[in-house]
Amino acid sequence: MNVEVDGKRAFAYTAAHEPDAAKPTIVFIHGAGLDHSSFGLQSRYFGYHGWNVLAVDLPGHGRSEGPPLPTIGAMADWILKLVKAPSFAVVGHSMGALISLECALRQPQRVARIALIGVAYPMKVSEPFLDAARRNDHTAYDMETIWGHAARVPLASNPNPGMWMYGDALARLRRLAPGVLHNDLKACNEYAADFSGVKCPVLLVLGKRDVMTPPRSAKGLQEKLPHARSVVVDFSGHLMMTEAPDATLDALIGFLGGKDGSKPA
Amino acid sequence: MAGPKYPGFDTLALHAGQSPDPATGSRAVPIYQTTSYVFRDTEHAASLFNMERAGHVYSRISNPTVAVLEERMAALEGGVGAIATASGQAALHLAVATLMGAGGHIVASNSLYGGSHNLLGYTLRRFGIDTTFVNPRDLDAWRRAIRPSTRLLFGETLGNPGLDVLDIPAVSAIAHEAKLPLLVDATFTTPYLMKPFDLGADLLYHSATKFLGGHGVAIGGVLVDSGAFDWEASGKFDLLTAPYEGFHGMDFEEESGTRAFLLRARREGARDFGACMAPMTAFHILQGIETLHLRMPRHVETTRKVVGFLEDHSAVQRVIYPELADHPDHALAKKLLPRGSGAVFSFEIKGGRAAGKTFIESLRVFSHLANVGDAKSLVIHPATTTHYRMSDADLARAGITAGTVRLSIGLEDAADLIEDLDRALRASQK
Repeated sequence: MNVEVDGKRAFAYTAAHEPDAAKPTIVFIHGAGLDHSSFGLQSRYFGYHGWNVLAVDLPGHGRSEGPPLPTIGAMADWILKLVKAPSFAVVGHSMGALISLECALRQPQRVARIALIGVAYPMKVSEPFLDAARRNDHTAYDMETIWGHAARVPLASNPNPGMWMYGDALARLRRLAPGVLHNDLKACNEYAADFSGVKCPVLLVLGKRDVMTPPRSAKGLQEKLPHARSVVVDFSGHLMMTEAPDATLDALIGFLGGKDGSKPA
Repeated sequence: MAGPKYPGFDTLALHAGQSPDPATGSRAVPIYQTTSYVFRDTEHAASLFNMERAGHVYSRISNPTVAVLEERMAALEGGVGAIATASGQAALHLAVATLMGAGGHIVASNSLYGGSHNLLGYTLRRFGIDTTFVNPRDLDAWRRAIRPSTRLLFGETLGNPGLDVLDIPAVSAIAHEAKLPLLVDATFTTPYLMKPFDLGADLLYHSATKFLGGHGVAIGGVLVDSGAFDWEASGKFDLLTAPYEGFHGMDFEEESGTRAFLLRARREGARDFGACMAPMTAFHILQGIETLHLRMPRHVETTRKVVGFLEDHSAVQRVIYPELADHPDHALAKKLLPRGSGAVFSFEIKGGRAAGKTFIESLRVFSHLANVGDAKSLVIHPATTTHYRMSDADLARAGITAGTVRLSIGLEDAADLIEDLDRALRASQK
């Protein structure tokens, strides 16, 4: 679905369904350098189980017009303008998780619950990674690809038959305009907030083998959000939606309620 | 700080795509000889059918053993994924049928395997898909042949049988300028000798029957997508960028971006055309791939010795191999094929058809058959076998004459091969 935000074309995947005011709405926000398709299986599931799905491409990513937005706050404002539903749930991955938190801080009356996949706080990015991205050096794509997956991934089978996870990650990154990955990493690196205003239910989905946002780096966030529940996905790295798609989906269903928008357990 | 490192080719050839079997711990790839897979419950079944969960439903669409081969080939080629097919020809057909229907047009090299030439030149025309054949070395001809209805440019990395080296960087640039993808048949080079995606190709396929298997026991193909071509930006591929009523109104590009081509190829092509690979075949091909990095250097090394021998032989009129200085693509081969120009090549025997017949029938180590890329050395006479349906004019355009003999050099002792050739050549001249 193409819409306009701030005079620019914006895209959100809806799982081939028209918006229905009678259904609850769930927004999926991707991570740095990625796009809506990183939630392929999960967003499709909710779209066919009674939810309005909006899996967005942030500005400058996928099908949404650039330039990319420079801060997590600006990205949150953009989401809050794009989504018209009075109340909605948010699922965010990595940078998208920070945007989800910021949405909950800025409009707590609208954000009903947030699921944060592969999250850390602070989300510090190493200087070599930032520097390679700043120079638009391919090494930055290599770092995101290799560190973005569990170490076993290149020498293991893919849950999605016939697909090569490294190849898919690289192909997506190579489609980015110069500067987009650096923009995103910088936004993550610089993000700081006080989360005491986040009162809605929160789920953290953490990958046991995640080297970009290892479970230990979510501890600070868990302390600031004592009401948050956490699920650790075995055998998965940072890109849980493709590395462990079923476990990730099951965690989301448990938190959001899966069938026909029913209330969560 | 050094960047992170990808596993090397040799390691991927042995491990990519396979975790030890979760049920048994089997280190070797298990042969999942099953048609179908038990659903956990009706909800699970519905989710699998509607692509909300990952997994297998029916082995025509996907199979765990076949998936290992697909993932391994995608890893070795640097693609986003792959689909294994019943043969190399099935892979070519699947690629074409995923990109176009009646009214579509292909620009193809005229230096192709005879079966591919038949498919494009005759069979697909019955279904409304037209092909213009061009001299692969004539870059202007590629450009001139493109029409508004063109959906694909296609050639072989090493043309059959003249071993024309496809200038992939130049031809892919022409394709991309016209917002079209380039598909290459990479059978003769394998990912060990050339990585077509690094040079600009968008899609590739192999007859896995050949060097990938290497043992000559299984027929198969594999189609790999680089994920680099932007179907949406091209604006020419409604099959990938518009809702498809045959799969719940799915817009494949919107659904999956970089995976759009393979998604349609599997969800439509594998489902409806059904030219899938059997799990036993995938197992056989995988056994070959595990030693590809050891076999290919030996194939090339022995080929160079045999080529050198034939070049100096009085019964040989001409040897056609890109590493020879008189080959028209010698410089290009040096650039694109630094590890070697493969192990299949042709030569012209003096004495024409009669000499060729005697030569082939005098060989003892070489096997006379219609295949290449086996561990055993092979010989064939293209004008009467692989290319027999082509007209004389088409034969000439593909660089074939009545005296052309094609050799596929195997892994035997080079001295034995040379002795066999020498005896047969001398017999042919009596």
